[in-house]
Amino acid sequence: MLEGEPALNTTILLFLLQDGITNGAVYALLGLAMVLVFAVTRVILIPQGEFVAYGALTYATLAIGQIPGTAMLAVVMGLVAFAFDLFAARKAFRIKTILRAIAVDIVFPVVVLALTWGLAGRYNAIPVNIALSLLIVAAIGLFLYRIAFQPIAHTSVLVLLIASVGAHLALEGFGLIFFGAEGLRGPAISNAMITIGQLQITGQSLAVYGITIALIVALWLFFDFTLYGKALRATAVNRLGARLVGIRTSLSGQMAFLLASVIGAISGILIVPITTLYYDTGFIVGLKGFVAAIIGGLISYPITAAAAIVVGLVEAFSSFYASNYKEVIVFTLIIPVLVLRSLAAPEVEEEKE
Amino acid sequence: MTQRWPIVLFALVMAALPLIPEIPPFWLVLLNNIGLAALVAMGLVLLTGVGGLTSFGQAAFCGFGAYTTAVLSTAYGVSPWLTLPLALIVSGLAAVVLGLITVRLSGHYLPLGTLAWSLGLYYLFGKLEFIGRNDGISAIPPLEIGSWRMLDPGSIYYVIWIAVILSAVLTTNLLDSRTGRGIRALRRGHIAAEAFGVNTARAKLLVFIYAAVLAGLSGWLYAHFLRAVTPTPFGVHASIEYLFIAVVGGAGYIWGGVLGAVIVIVLKEILQSYLPLIFGGQGQLELIVFGLVLVALVHLAPGGVWPWLAGLLPFKRRPPRIDTSLQLAARPATELPPVLLQLEGARKQFGGVVAVNDVSFSVKPKEIVALIGPNGAGKSTTFNLITRVLDSSAGRIIVCGTDVAGTTPQQIARLGVARTFQHVKLIPDMTVLENVALGAHLRGRSGTFASMLRLDRGDEAKLLAEAGRQIERVGLKDQIDQLAGSLSLGQQRIVEIARALCVDPVLLLLDEPAAGLRHMEKQQLAALLRQLRDGGMSILLVEHDMGFVMDLADRIVVLDFGTKIAEGTPDAIKTNPDVIRAYLGAAA
Repeated sequence: MLEGEPALNTTILLFLLQDGITNGAVYALLGLAMVLVFAVTRVILIPQGEFVAYGALTYATLAIGQIPGTAMLAVVMGLVAFAFDLFAARKAFRIKTILRAIAVDIVFPVVVLALTWGLAGRYNAIPVNIALSLLIVAAIGLFLYRIAFQPIAHTSVLVLLIASVGAHLALEGFGLIFFGAEGLRGPAISNAMITIGQLQITGQSLAVYGITIALIVALWLFFDFTLYGKALRATAVNRLGARLVGIRTSLSGQMAFLLASVIGAISGILIVPITTLYYDTGFIVGLKGFVAAIIGGLISYPITAAAAIVVGLVEAFSSFYASNYKEVIVFTLIIPVLVLRSLAAPEVEEEKE
Repeated sequence: MTQRWPIVLFALVMAALPLIPEIPPFWLVLLNNIGLAALVAMGLVLLTGVGGLTSFGQAAFCGFGAYTTAVLSTAYGVSPWLTLPLALIVSGLAAVVLGLITVRLSGHYLPLGTLAWSLGLYYLFGKLEFIGRNDGISAIPPLEIGSWRMLDPGSIYYVIWIAVILSAVLTTNLLDSRTGRGIRALRRGHIAAEAFGVNTARAKLLVFIYAAVLAGLSGWLYAHFLRAVTPTPFGVHASIEYLFIAVVGGAGYIWGGVLGAVIVIVLKEILQSYLPLIFGGQGQLELIVFGLVLVALVHLAPGGVWPWLAGLLPFKRRPPRIDTSLQLAARPATELPPVLLQLEGARKQFGGVVAVNDVSFSVKPKEIVALIGPNGAGKSTTFNLITRVLDSSAGRIIVCGTDVAGTTPQQIARLGVARTFQHVKLIPDMTVLENVALGAHLRGRSGTFASMLRLDRGDEAKLLAEAGRQIERVGLKDQIDQLAGSLSLGQQRIVEIARALCVDPVLLLLDEPAAGLRHMEKQQLAALLRQLRDGGMSILLVEHDMGFVMDLADRIVVLDFGTKIAEGTPDAIKTNPDVIRAYLGAAA
């Protein structure tokens, strides 16, 4: 859009800054979700991009009054998850476990599907659509962990990574079936426009900033001040130790995926009014969040958030100065960071299997 | 020592395939694609499965190979055969640069780092003018021998499969050698490998370059097979697929790479041609099924298909024959210094915890010194300071007259210091013989190329002979060809001692050698250690079994909470009130 502009003036500068920060905020959310999932489960969450795309496109599909295929997918995945739960419980058959499995794996997605059926097209309100999209993607995220990762939670990072890639490919393929190859845009959360001098701020950008900050604060409060958050962190540090003190590590993993999928869906819903999203856009968007997460060392939430803003800004400015090399610049940005990190951190002993 | 005839048989079958009358050319295309993928996957086996370094960037190295030949043979008219070495060199150089940056990354940073530059390079391939941006380069000349132009899939087939089989043989040779043992120790025993003189950083870079050169070879073949290149096959998705191929086939096995390529490429072909017929062409169903199969596979067979298949095949690995008459050159008999090991105020702090608090003691030639103390006294940390696994915070440690400050574990091994570990660090999927031979690493000479070409056999036979002798000496002759991981913990400790003896050390550091041994075994061990001392070796050992220590040691150093509280002969230590207080907690 700005290609060929001769020089940087204040208007463009402000525009680039705003663009960079808005995108950066979304990358921050995705980066945080990846850090969260990695810390708790050691899964490098490649399907994060699909959560973004599913959230965005489900929301956009609901906005035009149609029923998104993702609602059905959630039900099917729930059934598979239920089968997994039954299989896992075959030796210690307890009514409570089965009831929980029925409630989570069957009742939850079916109710969401019923709600979608009942509401889609009839009550086309933005908050309703957002809530439905989040519920649908949350269910998918939860079941994804149950099906693809929980049975192999003890294996090496590499094996988890391969499973993660597999999940990404499958979900991307489903995305194409549900939403088609055409891109979609969704309605903005806010159409307000504030003008301060030469700076024009859209309500959508403000919503992005507000929600990002709120989520970061919420995550920080959750992990540092609640027992459940501490349990998740304990699982991250030492699975066996966590189990010995009574933390159910499989629940921690489900919780992490649930949070990550909701965060991904929120990110998608935030950006789909700004840019057209396709079924496969999520991958690249997710990877940029990933760059931020790596810079944060997959550990630190504040550094990840700051890094994400930097990624957004670098992207915005390189699209102005060297738009051809935008992606090259963004993705090679992390190499010097990685080198610095590996110089600073002593080498760790080989992976235990 | 692998048998040769299965490979010869395989080569003959592959050579005969295109001669089948009426074979559809499409099959040959498929076989060519399998060969190309197998080359890359073989590199990944070495890098990821054996070396433990996961790379998401192998397709980018294919790109370097393919674009090198594409540019040179189209724009400059260079003969494709001449571009082959150049393509390999370019991929190798790219690997040196990227490897220097990424290989030293630890843990999960490495795969993430490769993912990053692989994405960057993919976009770069699509943007650079001289390689045709996203359109790529077309009209690449075919390979030619004399007047034979390899235009159809049936002719370049031979070039591709000769490359595959040759690479497999060379790689197998490499892994079954001195260098190969160093590589195989990277994944699950790099601290031990360092302690025996393997330069692990160099070994990592080596496998990284090796894998990249194989990928570059595949890229070169690809360019002359399809005769056009675009950036797409060199992107992250392709890299992920190569990784997938290696994992499906069995990431720890060279032939797993080939098998994985067969399975994945045939499966994809079937999915692409039949799924639309069943489900009516909607969407990218093959992508979904492919993804689901991937997830299912890591659930059902995280080790891959090859180990399972290899169990069914009739040929087995033959254990190597050892000719124990061969001798390695012994350490040159120089005058030993009057003090072999001298600690002067050695100190190690972890944050606020002082694990080793200004400890001083020495070990003289032909002496057994025991380091004892309650749990957490800092004994193993002292070992790690001496062998440079850890940096000391202050003080001096002098080994054979050399101040060890700033040296590496390899240099300590070179000085003639060998050690065992409190937590056994053997490579569980290598045999006892191979594990022990790792100890003789520094006494061999053969490098990578010699190993690949089997020019190392003389050297290798001597290393194995030495290893065999040491195994016999510690009394584990019957277990020599078993996997180290299958031994009992006590036996594994003994294997560690044999490995340390292979260094031909002047100073042996043993960390709890008697733990997990039965009474008789302990007596045999004590006898062996005395025999070693009488032969001129000095031994520093950490041990909790007081009976064992008191009978064996010439001198005892007692640590408590990181501080030396006593030193003296066993009899003096037994009656020392400080020692009794430290162990029993009360004034005696």
